[in-house]
Amino acid sequence: MATETTETKLQSYELMVIFTPVLAEDEYKAAQQKFTDLITGNGGSVVHSDAMGLRSLAYPIAKKTTGLYWLIEYQAPSDVNGKLEIQMGRDESIMRQMITRLDKYAMEFNERRRKGIKLVHTPKNAVEEVETDHEA
Amino acid sequence: MAKQNDIKYLSTARVDNRPKKYCRFKKLGIKYIDYKDAEFLKKFLNDQGKMLPRRLSGNSLKYQRKVATAIKKARQMALLPYVTDLMK
Repeated sequence: MATETTETKLQSYELMVIFTPVLAEDEYKAAQQKFTDLITGNGGSVVHSDAMGLRSLAYPIAKKTTGLYWLIEYQAPSDVNGKLEIQMGRDESIMRQMITRLDKYAMEFNERRRKGIKLVHTPKNAVEEVETDHEA
Repeated sequence: MAKQNDIKYLSTARVDNRPKKYCRFKKLGIKYIDYKDAEFLKKFLNDQGKMLPRRLSGNSLKYQRKVATAIKKARQMALLPYVTDLMK
């Protein structure tokens, strides 16, 4: 199902999860694998997965000041997200999650960000540098 | 004499000639505003973490909306605070 030919039916999404910081390294990996399998098992394909690791939160969530972030970009049929959300809601190691639908500009942006290119095409097709300082 | 003085007050000459504000997204051709880039989004927040109005940021309506959704998403994911003091 998840081939290039059915690309029109697949929508791109991005999922960001904050796991509780008490998770051990292997539990963190296992949790990522669990949800990756859920996506691929339902006809989706993973574009990119980024374990951002332990980060401090801007405000405490569930009395924790840090969280284990995980970011995954994937393409999937739209019914996958409902299943994902149910599973994530049941998982007690997840403090917060968010699924974002990506448009073509967002996908372009993420692609460039991964390559570390900070260039943007202006309407006149010239190339200018933009003051966006992303972390790699 | 009096008439000339009146005219002076009716049309006050603007002394400070500020450069015209512009929408940086339109000018630079940025099509997507990333919610993950908290440092960039901080340009559109004041010290208390409140969003700046279009009046100050100069954004066009289209991109101000996108900035707003990006900031709100970043807040949900604890990348930006909802309320704070002395953020910068």
